[in-house]
Amino acid sequence: MAPETGAEVVLRLDGITKRFGPLLANDAISFGLGKGEVIALLGENGAGKTTLMNILFGHYTADEGTVEVFGRPLPPGHPRAALAAGVGMVHQHFTLADNMTALENILLGTRPLLAPRLGARAARAKVARLSRDFGLAVHPDARVGALSVGERQRVEILKALYRDARILILDEPTAVLTPQETSALFETLRKAVAQGLSVIFISHKLGEVMEISSRVLVLRHGRLVGEVATADTDRHRLAEMMVGAEIAAPRLSERAPGPALLTLSEVDTPRRGNAPGLRGVTLALRAGQITGLAGVSGNGQTALAALIGGLETPVRGSMELDGAPPADWSPRAALAAAIARIPEDRHRTGTVADFTLTENAVLESYADAPFSRRGWMNWRAAEDFARRIIATYDVRCPGPAARIRLLSGGNMQKLILGRALEAEPRIILANQPVRGLDIGAVTFVQNRLIAARDKGAAVLLISEDLDEVMALSDVIHVIYEGRLSPAFPRGTMTPAGLGGWMAGHGFGPEYTRGGADAA
Amino acid sequence: MRLEPIANPSLVRRVGLPAAALALTVLMASLLALLAGANPFATLGLIVKGAAGSKFALLETLNRATPLIFTGLAVAVAFRAKLWNIGAEAQLYAGAIVTVLLGTGALPLPSALLLPVIALAAMVAGALVLLGPVLLKTRAGVDEVVTTLLFNFIMLLFVSLLLEGPLKDPMGMGWPKSPALEKAARLPRIVEGLRLHWGFALAILSALAVWVIQTRTTLGYEIRAVGLNAEAARFAGIPVGRVMIKTAVLSGGLAALAGFSEVAGLKGNLTLDLSPGFGYTGIIVAMLALLNPLGVVLSAIFVAGVFVGADSMSRAAGVPTYIADILTATALLTMVLAIRLTRTKIRWR
Repeated sequence: MAPETGAEVVLRLDGITKRFGPLLANDAISFGLGKGEVIALLGENGAGKTTLMNILFGHYTADEGTVEVFGRPLPPGHPRAALAAGVGMVHQHFTLADNMTALENILLGTRPLLAPRLGARAARAKVARLSRDFGLAVHPDARVGALSVGERQRVEILKALYRDARILILDEPTAVLTPQETSALFETLRKAVAQGLSVIFISHKLGEVMEISSRVLVLRHGRLVGEVATADTDRHRLAEMMVGAEIAAPRLSERAPGPALLTLSEVDTPRRGNAPGLRGVTLALRAGQITGLAGVSGNGQTALAALIGGLETPVRGSMELDGAPPADWSPRAALAAAIARIPEDRHRTGTVADFTLTENAVLESYADAPFSRRGWMNWRAAEDFARRIIATYDVRCPGPAARIRLLSGGNMQKLILGRALEAEPRIILANQPVRGLDIGAVTFVQNRLIAARDKGAAVLLISEDLDEVMALSDVIHVIYEGRLSPAFPRGTMTPAGLGGWMAGHGFGPEYTRGGADAA
Repeated sequence: MRLEPIANPSLVRRVGLPAAALALTVLMASLLALLAGANPFATLGLIVKGAAGSKFALLETLNRATPLIFTGLAVAVAFRAKLWNIGAEAQLYAGAIVTVLLGTGALPLPSALLLPVIALAAMVAGALVLLGPVLLKTRAGVDEVVTTLLFNFIMLLFVSLLLEGPLKDPMGMGWPKSPALEKAARLPRIVEGLRLHWGFALAILSALAVWVIQTRTTLGYEIRAVGLNAEAARFAGIPVGRVMIKTAVLSGGLAALAGFSEVAGLKGNLTLDLSPGFGYTGIIVAMLALLNPLGVVLSAIFVAGVFVGADSMSRAAGVPTYIADILTATALLTMVLAIRLTRTKIRWR
């Protein structure tokens, strides 16, 4: 299907094919982007969205197919050519220098090295005009390191606009934004489109796709499986196209919460680099209850996960397990207290990439019987354990002797989940358990967490996806700059209400260290 | 240029690339021989003959390989945990000093008891020498590459101090050397009359022991986990600092055995030139073996053969022995590259 009739086609992809070994990442993908149009590129992780955009932007070279911008073919493999042709890309992970100002970041790379002050006034005026025209409020002289995530994204967009981009590609732009920041971004995109820019919006969030796009392209397993006008479809049909099957949302049955298994009262933890510590956090994790933690990433989720996972200890306040403070606190102590941990980063923290599935399966329990006796490993027992996880948790893999780096993210996560749940935990710390997984794996992991809750485990679910938190949690807290909101029972909050807390509204006056210090 | 991994390299790749590396090494040596005005084929032939052409030559090569197996194992064990021990030289000398201290009449024990006691004490000394830098690393984040490297020079000066002072042989005509070991403290020859001592057997046993530790024990699992991904290891509850310290004890101890074996098996006393850089060559040996403890034995014999062969070739053909350094260096570079390329494809755009 072509873009709306009459509109000038600014970008045309024709038969783009890209192979990585046996994997067909993009299979003969063709589409056109019209002037003043927002098209959404929808697909699960691994569907080929990012590969396609990397080809368009010149990071990869396509095996077959051509890219045309404004009617001219784009030479493959040259990011500069794409930039010069008017294609700007805002990556999911920002590419800004933290120690420079917003203005300096915007100008970076646009001017010759030996004339640093030349035309600074004109540049400043252009940036000011762009931020006014597109509603991108950023203080040009603020250091980027001090800006919020939403502001940094605005700097990235300004950077593209400053280079006279006429086509904007946004890769998962809302993943790090609060609902309010997301609406501001959409406002900007609408202004851009009104001025004749064209936008490719990459996402797997259906609601946002429905809201902002005029056309939706759906990718599955590297193929373009659907192309519809947004007005002619709905979320449900898009989801089906994305996964190719009917999907069932997780169900949470009513259940009376049990006693508090882990409590924090007025806990502070130290700041680690850019990650804020906890400030006066009070929290109770109850048996048979899923406690959801909502919040924009980088607001203390890491600190809370580190504390409960045994990597951090409180500098103030207290932590109690079953009503008593633990004698010592370390990852091993946490495991001994039957706390299962699903870490945020399964590649770096959750697994050892060059270890086999068997070796990874026993990563947390290798020192215990039956896997280890008097310092000797019992590899047969370890392999049996790995086989059991593979079978019970449906880990698709060549076998227990395969290195885990060969597995997809979803299967890796299933192994971690199996490792954690097979220990029959009383408390489960699930940090971003479904991030980056395809919908099939998401449902699997979520149902396992619900099943563990129904069997009486206390679950702490940390997620940046508000929909997920709201769907799965019995109670919800919002974390903001290391502080915790009150507990909101299931069904008492709207997304907008939680969004306010995520943006920092509702928290009391600036938190300072309690009485002892002040006195 | 782009590097792409290959999941299942073909046989051609797995055999052809290392063969090409070897060919390149030989070619390099031939060019140098030509440059020195010698016939390259004759030169290479003389090196091979000098390394393995006779029973005497072969035993000499194995003798030379013995300390390299120990230092190679020391490096392989440490590097496996990403503990960059560049100080095997210092640990070797620590072992040698202890061997002299205990082997010159201090302990009135029979040989069968004395030798194990000395070996153990030497290992403790080597471990202690590495412990300092490792504690600095785990406690204060000090880079162990720098500290272990600098320890080599400190240790060499310390040995010099000992040999000019308390350990100086009163009968040594003023030469800086220690008194000779008593008979009971000498490692006997494996076969009477041939110059190969029991240190070589101990080296082979050590390689087997390290292999068993790495593949069969809980400690080996911990060491590999820490080396491959320290962050995941820490998260999973593996005590990373303690594993580092255990690794250091093992690595330092192995390097010290090189000093013990050289003094008790070959030299009989301690001098400043006990080691012509065995600690550093151990790094080459370990890297050539891809840190595999059994591979260390083979690569140590290869490297020793090149040096022994070049020595003998130099006497006959008049090509400088530096050719041995260049041969091992080229072999290391080309082999490491070849093995990397076995699993990686280069794409030029």
